[in-house]
Amino acid sequence: MMESRVIETHDLTKRYRGFEAVSNLNLRVGAGRITGFLGRNGAGKSSTIKMLMGISRASSGSGTLLGRNIDDAAQSCESRRHVAYVAEDKQTYGYLTVAEMIAFTRSFYADWNVDMERRLLKQFELPPQRKVRVLSKGMRTKLALLLALARRSRLLILDEPSEGLDPVSIEELLQALVAAAADGTTVFFSSHQIAEVERVADQVCIIDRGSLVADTSLDQIRQEYRRITFGFSTVPPRVDFPGESIGVARTDGRQVTVMAARNAEAIIERGHRLGAASVETTPVSLRELFLAIVKEDSHDALV
Amino acid sequence: MIFTLNPSSGQPLYLQVMQQVRHAIETGVVQQGDVLPGVRTLSQQLVISPNTVVKAYSELEHEGLLELRHGSGAYVSGRRAKKSRSDRFRLAQERVRALVDKLQRDGLSEEEIHRLVEAELFYPASAGSKIVRQQ
Repeated sequence: MMESRVIETHDLTKRYRGFEAVSNLNLRVGAGRITGFLGRNGAGKSSTIKMLMGISRASSGSGTLLGRNIDDAAQSCESRRHVAYVAEDKQTYGYLTVAEMIAFTRSFYADWNVDMERRLLKQFELPPQRKVRVLSKGMRTKLALLLALARRSRLLILDEPSEGLDPVSIEELLQALVAAAADGTTVFFSSHQIAEVERVADQVCIIDRGSLVADTSLDQIRQEYRRITFGFSTVPPRVDFPGESIGVARTDGRQVTVMAARNAEAIIERGHRLGAASVETTPVSLRELFLAIVKEDSHDALV
Repeated sequence: MIFTLNPSSGQPLYLQVMQQVRHAIETGVVQQGDVLPGVRTLSQQLVISPNTVVKAYSELEHEGLLELRHGSGAYVSGRRAKKSRSDRFRLAQERVRALVDKLQRDGLSEEEIHRLVEAELFYPASAGSKIVRQQ
């Protein structure tokens, strides 16, 4: 089944004075799903999102947002009418009150969802008469989210939405995201919080040093990715599982451990044939996978 | 009904949801005619992707355990013979208990038994078989 893509980039690159923040990024995000964009601080997440949103220009490469070119001003403008974006700094007009900010934003959108606005205002416990300037970080995020969700956009892009929020606010944020997805909005959010991505995302794209290093579904990780540890009674043979393992096999004394992306059975079989005395298999969490990938020096993409 | 999901376990979340619904039906905690929360509500309640709930519900519908009515939720349809099912479960439990007893008498520790069972579930001994999927 061919799924339509809301985001697609080809060798997208952003250079700042000789430093490549994003380098030859090939990102594909499917419609109708929640995709987590995971990476360390400075991995290139925000730079990527800013290029997608037409806020900064790509140094080279290309990309499409809802099928329209991101570096064509008119096309980018057209696609952005259907995209709601919550920026990292959640900037709004500080001198307005919450109610004024909502009314101001509402005036731009004919299709504004008033029910959603009222529901979220209540759920988020936002004080309508308070000035935006004096809102806490969590409140400001919630306001930005309300403004983004009430627009009935096809695609919701959030840059580090949970940054600086307390656990309760993060929970409310994630609930709002899954509710938006249930209403048919495609969600793409960047984060360096592994647990929240693991919980709500259907798909995870991992970016490291500006390049995509993994693009996989969470179901696939749970179902197929395994850490396999072989124990040998003699000096372990040098083992290599190209194409199936992530990174190199690690050897410690008479034990060899390998992380399999697929075909765990085949790897176990090979281990047995090499004379392994014991085999242990455990599932791989997103955290383990992330660490294995971004700590690896080699830059072989898994996509 | 109350779900307990583990996002880090080696089992897709939709399978965890399915398993828990199935178990609740088998034990009678959830019965024919009961209504499970709709996709939006359940995904918000569990804070998981609605696609996960959709997948779990539609597979359960396929198995004849749920009937999805648009806009009004997921109705439990008792097409499965609940009684014999729960009997089977009890029987299986007795057999597992006997096996665990025997293994313990053979000197295996609780943890070793746990690992053996887990390994067998993830990778059945028959070579070339796929990773176990719930029936």
